[in-house]
Parts: sequence; structure tokens; C-alpha cells
Amino acid sequence: MSPPILFINRIDWLVVVDFAAIGYDLYLIDHLGLASYSTPMIDKSVNNISAAVADIQSGSVVLSSGFGDAGAPVDLLEALIETDAENLTIVSNNAGEGNYGLAALIAAGKVSRVICSYPISAGSVVFQDCYQAGEITLEVVPQGTLSERMRAAGAGIGGFFTPTSAGTELGKSKECRKISGVEHVFEYPLKGDIALIRATRADRWGNIVYDKSARNFGPVMAMAATLTIVQVDEIVDLGKLNPELIITPGIFVDRVFVHNG
Amino acid sequence: MTAVLEKIGLTRPQVAWRIAQEIDEGSYVNLGIGSPEMVANYVSTNREIVFHSENGILGMGEAPAPGQEDGNLINAGKKPVTLLPGGSYFSHTDSFVMIRGGHIDVCVLGAYQVAKNGDLANWATLDTSKPPGVGGAMDLAVGAKRIFVMMDHCTKTGKPKLMNKCTYPLTGSRVVRTVFTDLAVIDVTEDSFVVREITAGISFEELQEKTDAVLTLSENWQTLAPPDV
Repeated sequence: MSPPILFINRIDWLVVVDFAAIGYDLYLIDHLGLASYSTPMIDKSVNNISAAVADIQSGSVVLSSGFGDAGAPVDLLEALIETDAENLTIVSNNAGEGNYGLAALIAAGKVSRVICSYPISAGSVVFQDCYQAGEITLEVVPQGTLSERMRAAGAGIGGFFTPTSAGTELGKSKECRKISGVEHVFEYPLKGDIALIRATRADRWGNIVYDKSARNFGPVMAMAATLTIVQVDEIVDLGKLNPELIITPGIFVDRVFVHNG
Repeated sequence: MTAVLEKIGLTRPQVAWRIAQEIDEGSYVNLGIGSPEMVANYVSTNREIVFHSENGILGMGEAPAPGQEDGNLINAGKKPVTLLPGGSYFSHTDSFVMIRGGHIDVCVLGAYQVAKNGDLANWATLDTSKPPGVGGAMDLAVGAKRIFVMMDHCTKTGKPKLMNKCTYPLTGSRVVRTVFTDLAVIDVTEDSFVVREITAGISFEELQEKTDAVLTLSENWQTLAPPDV
């Protein structure tokens, strides 16, 4: 006897489909007397960018992909400016450049905390001004540790020991352990409420491929956030992406948005 | 009036050339941002060395021709590069698996200071007026099989950079294998600097004067005289 499952909205559908074949879903519908429900279809595409980011809450931890400009979800970040969300924590490799994307979001006063490896790239003037003015706090994390902390969150791991930063200023307040004669520090998972990601191509199931070195933090951030929103150049028909070459499987993705810019 | 100060020591390109001679065929190599990038210019084209970039590239090639730049194909310094046949792209997680997991044979980094026990200081100065930023330096320092440091022997104001103990914040402890400066090639052993090569025209005594830590001269030391590259 199946448990009584109520399909309240599309998100619930996605969860069911992730662990069951579609045929089984249809069986459940009939079984529960919900046969009048329209044909279930996973479609993670969102038509407009405002809808893609509309429900992001104040105080959210937002993972933002990219290494410099390569892979940065510039349009999604700028769409956040128009929402009511504020007091955001941004996790990203850098802290924005010029006056667009992340720098524009910071300039709009939406960001209270930045967790990144390298906020001092040439052109990160907006961040540096806000930091000097005490309007924003900063946690500097070594780049590989940043990536691995998110991987741990996505993988359900409670943290890890790494030799990176052992014996340095960045490791000094951390739990230490000598493993095989080498000093390690303990690092906790870093989970996002939201991930904003820039990629190249998606299908309606949310399978994603990237372009060259713009892939960088996209795959790990997609798996580390509760809600993952991906900006792509195009959405292709299901089956058109070579399954051997899909980099981020759709299970890690909630919304895809096409931006032709 | 004649020229007052003749520059002693190697040029940066000559130091880069010297480091390139130290890298074996088939090596996987990560070059730090700035001067270390020059090392790639002196790896002869008939030797296959695979360059890694922390942002997810193996088989990185040189800068593209003007007009051929691709904003999605950049190096760790965020400058446009190319991909060689056989090259690959991967995520940050995989890239730092390569780095931290000991899969990179050689990493060449710049430094503010190196101590005689191999301590490396290259990520932060004592100036706290600017926010700090570490990038991938700490992961590279602990992860690569061999850490080469490329730096001037002294600061612009003549202060030593090869130290008994680093006074700048550490990037990693006991990680440096060999230091290549404009004046010498110096190996780091358990707890001392051993001079392997000295640039032509400089005496060991002069080298010692410009160094904070006590130097040991290798029995097999040689004169370093690179070509005019």
C-alpha cells in the first residue's frame, strides 16, 4: 500500500521523478485518484529572469559561480537587485569587478558578507570600498578549501581535514590533527540556500553543459545549494545533450533560464 | 658621467629560462600568476610539458592572437589563453583534487620571503589597510610535489628575502624545494639553504651578505650563466 502522497506543486513532482520512473508516477496518480492531473512533465525552464529569482529570501547564503568574469551569472545577480532580498551572504571565488554583476549587487547594499578566496582582483573597487567602510564582512578561504567545503555540503559529508592553511594565519583557530605525519586543519561544509550559475546549454530536465574554463565552480555549487538556478545561452530538446558529456546532471538543478545577451 | 650602476644578476627572463631547464619532460606543471608565467616561454617546443591552470585547464597553451581571445578561456591571472590538442577542461573541485592530491609535479610560485626550513610567505604583507586574498596559493603550497620559488634575491630596497625565519604571514610551512633568484639557485634541505649555483660575477660572500639566513655552499656548486634570452 503506497503512503498517501499529496502532489502540491511542481517541486514535489520533481522529487518523485528523481527516484521513480515516470510510469510509476502515473501509476501513483491513478492509485490515488488523481488521474485528472495533467500529463506530468519535468520542465525546469523559467521564462523570465525576475521569476527565476523572485523567491530568494533576505539573509540567504548565495553561491555565485565564476572565476573572474568567466562563468559569472551576471544577469541573475543583477536581477537580485530588483528583489526585496537583502543582508545576503555571497560565496564566490572573487568579489566582483567594475560596476556590473556581483559588484552592482554589492553597490546596491544587498550584501552584508562575502566568503571568497580572492577579493582583491584589479577592478574589485566596489567591494574594497564597502569593506573599508565596514559595510561588509569578509571570510577569506583558500580556493581549494572553498571548493571542497561546498563539495562536502553537496555530498553530505560533515567536513574534512586538509593540509591547506595548516600553520598559517587562516588555519590558526581551527581544529588540528596530524595525519601521516602532516599537520591538517578541519574544515566544515559550506552549504548554500541558493546557487546562481552561468552555463552554456541545458535541457528541460536541468542537465547542464558549460563552456571551457567558465565551468569552474558551477558543478560544485549546483550540488551544494538547496535551490540551484542556472542561466544558459540555450535550452535544447531532451536527448540532444550527449549523456556521456553532461557535466551537471539535472538532479542538482532546479531552474534554468535562457538569457540571450 | 658614465653609467653608475650596472645591474648585477640575471634578468627575470633568464631566471625563467633557468627554471624551465629544471622541469622534466612529461611533467604536469602549475605556474603562479606573474613572473612564473614566463617559464612557459622557455620550455622548448620539442619537449612535452603539460601546464595546469587552477581554474580548470590542463594542456594550456600560449596567449591567442589578437582578436582570437575568448573570455571563457582564461588562466589563473584571468588573461586569455589557448588549449593545446589533448588539453581538457574540468571543474574547480577536480582542479584542486589535482593540486592538493599531489598530482602536480612542479609548481612555480613567486614569494615575499622563503625561510631556511622551507616556509613560504607569498600571500599577505604586513599592510592591513587592504582586505586579504589568498586564491589558490595555500593549496598549491601544500599539494604540489615540488615547489619552486622564483623571486628577486632582495627586495627593491635591498632587504633580504631568504630568511632565517619569515616575518610575513606564512602560505605554507616547510614546502619550498628550490629557490631561483637573480643571484643563485638554492635548494632547501631539512633546515638550511644549500647554494647549488651562483650567477657569474658574484662571490659566495656577496651572496651571503644579501641573505638573512646562513648559507651553505654545495661541494658541487656551479657558476650560473644563462644565455641572453
